[in-house]
Amino acid sequence: MTMIEESEARIGLPRLNEPAPAFEAVTTHGPLRLSDFEGSWLILFSHPADFTPVCTTEFMAFAEIYPELQKRGAALLGLSIDSVFSHIAWVRNIEEKTGVKIPFPVIADLDRKVATAYGMVMPGESKTETSRCVFVIDPQGVLRAMIYYPLTTGRNMDEIVRLIDALQTADANKVATPANWRPGDKVIVPAPTTTELAEERTGAGYECTDWYLCKKSL
Amino acid sequence: MPCVRPDGTLSGSGRSMLEAVQTEMTAAEVVVKIGMPLYLVRSGLREMIDAGLVSEVGERFSQTEKGAEKAQQAS
Repeated sequence: MTMIEESEARIGLPRLNEPAPAFEAVTTHGPLRLSDFEGSWLILFSHPADFTPVCTTEFMAFAEIYPELQKRGAALLGLSIDSVFSHIAWVRNIEEKTGVKIPFPVIADLDRKVATAYGMVMPGESKTETSRCVFVIDPQGVLRAMIYYPLTTGRNMDEIVRLIDALQTADANKVATPANWRPGDKVIVPAPTTTELAEERTGAGYECTDWYLCKKSL
Repeated sequence: MPCVRPDGTLSGSGRSMLEAVQTEMTAAEVVVKIGMPLYLVRSGLREMIDAGLVSEVGERFSQTEKGAEKAQQAS
């Protein structure tokens, strides 16, 4: 086992609702720290490699949702185990060939420090590339959601925007969101934790399937 | 964005940031003044503090004497 592999085996994966691992990294927009994003939502995502086909479609798609994320106070930050020169050449190539400008910074994680801290390398899939990971970090620096996709499968950008909407709605209203929820749909009222609260549900004006599954409009 | 080039001259965003802190202000106020994202303003101000162009007192940033000279040269 190499030193890098030993280090990765020791560190393991980050966990939800715990502080996101801090980092300072070289990016296409200069050196950035996780703490630079404090106060805004951050979507940290990794891709396997520059100048590869699925990643190119994903970068174009991330650029497309960038304005929607900005409206929601969320920043984007990409990452792969490539040099900053490779990143610069690739984002320039994307703009030259497709007209799509990549507006967000991309981490050049050549020493794999960030990839290791976030468990982005899946050795069963590739020992040299990061998988397609997405980490949603809230304005307090807490890791709130993780999505992992394999090398073969480009991510669904609608789901990333929907996830931000759902987390922000849950935080603002102390509710949960049901399967396939979209903004404007009814939300789930937290289940009662005592028999008294369960009885009080009756007549509370919620749309209830049963005492434990009640929805309301916002 | 890197604000200070290896030869010590300022990039466009570096000039904007340095001019903004001619009067003392917070990073959030710099964002409003120059329209750059907060994370880039924080990173840029840190870089200019390291270069001795900006000082920070209680989360408020302002030009140092060296920074004022640099801003004058750049304008």
